[in-house]
Amino acid sequence: MTQFTTIPCGGRVQRADIPHLSFDTFRTQALDIVKNGGKVVHFFAYEDQGTMKLMAVLRTHELLAAGCDAPETYACLTKACEPFHLFEREMAEQYGIRPEGHPWLKMVRYHKNIRSKPDVFNNDYTEDIPGNYDYYQVKGDEIHEVAVGPVHAGVIEPGHFRFNCIGERVLHLEIQLGYQHRGVESLLLTAKSKQLPMLAENIAGDTTIGHGLCMAQAVEALASVQVDEGAKIIRTIALELERLANHIGDLGALCMDVAFLAPANYFGRIRGDFLNLSLLLCGNRFGKGLVRPGGVRFTLDDKIRKTLDERIKELKPQVEHVLELIFSASTVRARFEGCGSVRAEDADHLGLVGPAGRASGLAYDARRCFATEHYPHLLIPENAKTTGDVYARARVRYDEVRQSIEIIQFLIGKSVDTQPVEDGIQALQALAPSSFAVTLNEGWRGEVSHAVLTDDAGNLLRYKVKDPSFHNWNGLAMALRDTGISDFPLNNKSFNLSYCGFDL
Amino acid sequence: MLTILKNRFEQGYRTCNYPKEKPAVFPRYRGKPVIQKTVDPEMVKACADACPQDAIVVDKMKIDMGRCIFCGTCERLSKGEFVTFTGDFEISTANKADLLTDGDLPSLAQHAKQHFKKLFGRSLQLRQVSAAGCNACEADLNVLATPFFDLARFGINFVASPRHADAIVVTGPVSRNMKTALLQTYEAVPEPRVVIAVGSCTLTGGPFSHSAEVAKGLDTILPVDLFIPGCPPHPLTNLHGLLAFFKA
Ligand code: SF4
Ligand code: SF4
Repeated sequence: MTQFTTIPCGGRVQRADIPHLSFDTFRTQALDIVKNGGKVVHFFAYEDQGTMKLMAVLRTHELLAAGCDAPETYACLTKACEPFHLFEREMAEQYGIRPEGHPWLKMVRYHKNIRSKPDVFNNDYTEDIPGNYDYYQVKGDEIHEVAVGPVHAGVIEPGHFRFNCIGERVLHLEIQLGYQHRGVESLLLTAKSKQLPMLAENIAGDTTIGHGLCMAQAVEALASVQVDEGAKIIRTIALELERLANHIGDLGALCMDVAFLAPANYFGRIRGDFLNLSLLLCGNRFGKGLVRPGGVRFTLDDKIRKTLDERIKELKPQVEHVLELIFSASTVRARFEGCGSVRAEDADHLGLVGPAGRASGLAYDARRCFATEHYPHLLIPENAKTTGDVYARARVRYDEVRQSIEIIQFLIGKSVDTQPVEDGIQALQALAPSSFAVTLNEGWRGEVSHAVLTDDAGNLLRYKVKDPSFHNWNGLAMALRDTGISDFPLNNKSFNLSYCGFDL
Repeated sequence: MLTILKNRFEQGYRTCNYPKEKPAVFPRYRGKPVIQKTVDPEMVKACADACPQDAIVVDKMKIDMGRCIFCGTCERLSKGEFVTFTGDFEISTANKADLLTDGDLPSLAQHAKQHFKKLFGRSLQLRQVSAAGCNACEADLNVLATPFFDLARFGINFVASPRHADAIVVTGPVSRNMKTALLQTYEAVPEPRVVIAVGSCTLTGGPFSHSAEVAKGLDTILPVDLFIPGCPPHPLTNLHGLLAFFKA
């Protein structure tokens, strides 16, 4: 029997070599793999010469892929296996394909489907989000609702949070996103070659390198472009700088939310220092414009390398001391420990990734499991914790901050020799026809992945983007169950998910 | 306790002395573009073709900083013959038309609405509205609250409610799903109110300007008083914009 086939991470596959199954076989096999511990990396629809098709990329210790023709309606997979839940909703929204019996068939980002099919959610999109959707309501005496957003109290992205509480206790949190939807996947598909890298970088600005790498590796795979080791080292440094800046920012923000202001301010400032190191490399604090198909646009010459080295040497003890300050404070532990726990089993069903997954015991880290760039030569520890609470999510960051500094210091010591590339436009204009590539990178929030299909003329046929936040938002909702509503900010920071990366 | 004190001592005093002194920015930073008018027009055309944002107006030999994402492609392609990006981060303007530049920018302090200085020069409360960008603009506004920039020392703060605000600071290209929330926030700010647009997205739709889901500039929706270009604007650009517009 034809089965899901193994595909390389970041390699080119002929589309003809991906098994095209009957829908029933596809469904049975996909369910089987995920029920036996597999994870969903991608599950999306696309149109190929007038026919709608589905594609699934699953992950065990390897990547598995298969496709099938898309039915207009089908018996949903979610009921049998939760990790498909959001993917099926997304597909229904993007293409109007209805998963019958889906336990929570709700829009994802609130937009029309691109095939002008009748709307699965009966929405009239001239009305404002959330259209005709009624939020979940808990009924009973003393139950009250709290509605927050889309505009939040701080300088943060928009989203709506609806809490159903009894007293201070949250019974249920429902999260509605989509406010930031700007049609990124369609833009990527129609973009001129010169615009594609820039668009990929702006999927989520705090994950510029993560998404930039996924885009670049996909194009490199499809255009058979080799990247030299020097460029790989620079990209690895950039990805770790991104992790450092964000993790340090998060730890500072967590301190702010438990009113430990000194380390909050120290880490606020130090985060900026790490952003400045990205600027040192490429002129932009978020690393925009650094990664391009074929390599990097900026080299690490001796002068830059020396400054980088000096700055890291100066920052390292400061970071360590502030970490000690935070993690040795009993008041911090008292607030972090036992707050917003997500059990390993729930994390597994929700398919959590990144630090949020590791905090609940899911050791998966794409840097270890699907190593790209310079990671095959690096030893990345497992960093898994067991308690799944705010403390565990902070502690994962504690470990990773220290490791990232080590990694960068180690890499600065290596000689890097690379030719800067311009905008990688040539590569983009020479994509292999009828091909498929999936790329995975461990961004600071977890697994970032792009899946790219080309048609028989070598044009982009489908560009699917997945930010780790797509997996993790429901983890936040789960963490809030039975947690005091006043602990929401703390929990929210401990996940610190991307709105725009989710909304696309 | 000792750890707390040791840390405090190690951290020292970190606030920059801006605007009295301009802090140094690393050399690869790309600030204000300066254009060489003597360049071969063919080169300008080549740069315009390569510009991912179509931000170069060939016949005028100018760059539209509203569209520009400061990627530096034009500078690299022309090897500086057409344009060089200087380390000057003071690039905000009070008129949208001034964003189209050859490197000569009118003084923001002089072009700012003078009555705003009187009203808000000593105390300015800002309400931020994030409307569908990539979150980097928000991040570099947020850092203004950190000790290095310390916005509060100028009497400027980000506040939680539009009712407490004098101005809204908008980031992102205003998606369809954020438009109502943005307008409601604007309405909730008591008059006279100021509108500040931060980042290429907000000025023109930026990298997302080809999407039907977003607006082609905040000024198509609301009257904008201050335009802060960049992708994202450097925190010092934001700081300069606020200080020059309201205080200088
Ligand atoms: S720096 Fe600005 S004008 Fe130059 S190529 Fe980039 S976006 Fe275009
Ligand atoms: S202007 Fe650039 S940095 Fe700012 S939100 Fe838009 S894409 Fe992000």
